[in-house]
Amino acid sequence: MCLRFPSWVYPTVVWLGTGWGCIAAERHTLRVCADPNNLPFSNQTGEGIENKLAQLIAHNLDAELKYVWFSERKNFLKNSLHANLCDAVLGVPINLEEQLLTRPYYRSTYVIVTRADRALNIESLYDRHLKGLRIGLHIVEDDYAPPGHLLAAQGLSSQIVGYSLYGAYGESDPPARLIEAVAKNEIDVAIVWGPFAGYFARKSTIPLAVEPVSPNRFQMIPFTYSIGVAVRKGDVPLQSAIQQVLDRECQRIRALVKEYAFPSLEEDAPSCATRPSAAVFSR
Amino acid sequence: MKRHSIFGGCLLALALSAAASAQSPRVQDQPDDGQWVMAAKNYASTRFSTLTDINTQTVKNLKLAWTFSTGLTRGHEAAPLVVSNTMYIVTPWPNILYALDLTKPGGTVKWSYQPKPSPSSQGVACCDVINRGAAYFNGRIYYNTLDLHTVAVDAATGKEIWNTKLGDINKGESMTMAPIVAKGVVIAGNSGGEFGVRGWLTGLDAKDGKILWRAYAAGPDKDVLIGPNFHPFYSADRSPDLGAKTWPGDAWKIGGGSGWSWISYDAELNLIYYGTSNPGPWNADQRPGDNKWTCSIFARRPETGEAIWAYQINPHDDHDYDGVNENVLLDLTINGRVRKVLVHPDRNARMYVIDRATGEVISAETYAYTNTSEGVELKTGRIKTNPAKATGLKTGKDICPAPPGGKDWQPSAFSPRTGWLYVPHNNLCYEAQSVEANYIAGTPYVGQNVRMYPGPGGHRGEFSAWDPVAGKTMWTVKEMFPAWSGAVVTAGDVVFYGTMDGWFRALDAKTGMQLWQFKAGSGIISQPITYKGPDGKQYVAVLSGVGGWAGAIVAGTLNADDGTGALGFLNAMADLPKYTTKGGMLYVFALP
Repeated sequence: MCLRFPSWVYPTVVWLGTGWGCIAAERHTLRVCADPNNLPFSNQTGEGIENKLAQLIAHNLDAELKYVWFSERKNFLKNSLHANLCDAVLGVPINLEEQLLTRPYYRSTYVIVTRADRALNIESLYDRHLKGLRIGLHIVEDDYAPPGHLLAAQGLSSQIVGYSLYGAYGESDPPARLIEAVAKNEIDVAIVWGPFAGYFARKSTIPLAVEPVSPNRFQMIPFTYSIGVAVRKGDVPLQSAIQQVLDRECQRIRALVKEYAFPSLEEDAPSCATRPSAAVFSR
Repeated sequence: MKRHSIFGGCLLALALSAAASAQSPRVQDQPDDGQWVMAAKNYASTRFSTLTDINTQTVKNLKLAWTFSTGLTRGHEAAPLVVSNTMYIVTPWPNILYALDLTKPGGTVKWSYQPKPSPSSQGVACCDVINRGAAYFNGRIYYNTLDLHTVAVDAATGKEIWNTKLGDINKGESMTMAPIVAKGVVIAGNSGGEFGVRGWLTGLDAKDGKILWRAYAAGPDKDVLIGPNFHPFYSADRSPDLGAKTWPGDAWKIGGGSGWSWISYDAELNLIYYGTSNPGPWNADQRPGDNKWTCSIFARRPETGEAIWAYQINPHDDHDYDGVNENVLLDLTINGRVRKVLVHPDRNARMYVIDRATGEVISAETYAYTNTSEGVELKTGRIKTNPAKATGLKTGKDICPAPPGGKDWQPSAFSPRTGWLYVPHNNLCYEAQSVEANYIAGTPYVGQNVRMYPGPGGHRGEFSAWDPVAGKTMWTVKEMFPAWSGAVVTAGDVVFYGTMDGWFRALDAKTGMQLWQFKAGSGIISQPITYKGPDGKQYVAVLSGVGGWAGAIVAGTLNADDGTGALGFLNAMADLPKYTTKGGMLYVFALP
């Protein structure tokens, strides 16, 4: 039978106690922590891919979707998911260790963005034509974005221009400044996480070229990442409930990833056919 | 007069030093009215009190007089102030200022002032949402809020007089330090040595809060406020625009160097002294060059911020060794000469004795275990780093001290009676790997994976007496956890400090022997003070409330399984929750 819980009981407790099927019958709430201003992933008006995906998941689980808006700053997962403010966070690299992840629903790569009219044709991060160019990278916490380590090893540090990922948070889509900087010729090249590049390059009135970086890793640092949904450690019922939705809606999710123009290496894309046993992507 | 020549020089030196002290008192012999008007007690930052009721004989009878709960559970690092029979306490975020009436039994709340800092500033602060206290000047209390406002509050009424916004928390900066007021100028710096932040120190007019100057740690000379009067001691530091030229490209714009900690002031030389934080990004290979002026000590004019000299302690820092630790101003007789020095226990585990008029390094002996440097070349002032302990993208093991250093922010105290500095410090080493998958704002990346662990001996902290003239440790007490509180020493030859597991201890300043202790409700990471109450009695006060970078495992309820949490500190602190719980409480002690 379904146990009834007072409304203040966190759904997590309920998942553990009774399993998902029972909850669905009671129409519980799915609480999702998301950034209110971080397209293409999420925003407060629901335009991001994670907004769409959260709706899809909530709909499939017959749950009411409730957003907990939370800037994705330092210690975001600790302060949101782990502080029990929400039950799930979408768009998280699957090899993070402190939470339970689903299998990936897309895999993307850092990319090289240039103005199409300049035909720079940078083929790899070892391309000698990078010498002398101004190369923009996001500042990601205490670091440049991962390809920065390779550039430094090539002696290109002095050409790197850092752009804050958080930016001026009062403006919309702060990460877009890096891609706009290419269009405005402030920098010659941006090396940026694929989803930002694909989405904002398509919006740019000046045609931009977006190419995956090569190589795809430097020493122990990968430039490609598989992305899934995170829940709290131990919340296996919710993890598997969401996994079932991801499996069931695989084709629609692939279409969403395409719609948002996320660069995705064809051979790396999670295959809908092989699910749910795509063990190759679990860590 | 016949004298053996062998004694001649010695007597002459003595005579000279006596003459010098007769003409101008030593800077460490500060006047003391029994109040506590700034976090470091006085401009020289000695944290020395001339009160003697509580002494090596009587301290054993010390009893709890009264308490006050802040109602907050994050780390409490502030020093209370005591002015005109009122005690002032600044809490961690939301940075409430309480005025407690010491003339009433049990310290009644007179008023509280609530600046209501932005809630989102909590997410920006690197290392808990702490505040290190306030400064009193001319009838007003001055302090900083986490979201970068400096406020002036009427000390009598609690009314806000002015409120000036100094920065933008959205850029990843915050403010946690205790300001000082020198020559009518309130001086404060930003926090966030984190990459992407540009570090600065700012002077505001104490009257109206108008920003008078801002000095950046990095950038061209005009931004650093380096002009014709800048005379660094070492010739290599004298070329123009080193704050920009020692960085790749424009990296100085985002390279850190915040002034997040202590400021001292020498009224006679009219110079303020403070240190700058580490450079970013963490992978030092990405910022070839010295990265000036991060990890440096600056001497500046308080009225204009103009730089007079600077000395870079750790060029091209590779271990997060911020240069921000306290600069205790002392007049010491070294090799027969009275030298105006500042004494700076750096994170790199070396105790710098620097001529504070010129910036010349006189000595830099080790006060804690280190294997990252081999010494300081006194001719050039340059530290000799150990290349085997460089990190970069390599996996580095057995690197000592760890990023919080031989000592972090926790301020020392100096007794002119013993001539020793009392230094709460750490004993931590670390290993670094660049493999931890991470993600922020939708962006996956790989960060540096740091794990800290106890240094040689297995204990994590020490409390030591250090002779700055001899350059050696006089005695040491080992602590299980990093000694993360400040110290206070008195003319009663008693030195007080607190431990992260909640013990508030009194030691004999001469021997280090423990004379008294009290177990507080939560770990102590704040700055104890002592003052004369309205009844003429001596009191000792300290805030408990564990947290901060070291105590984040308790205050932030982090997961002990993730050793790399709190920037790698959790690995060394996994057992702290067994010894203490969180909760902010002021304890005030007196003799019966």
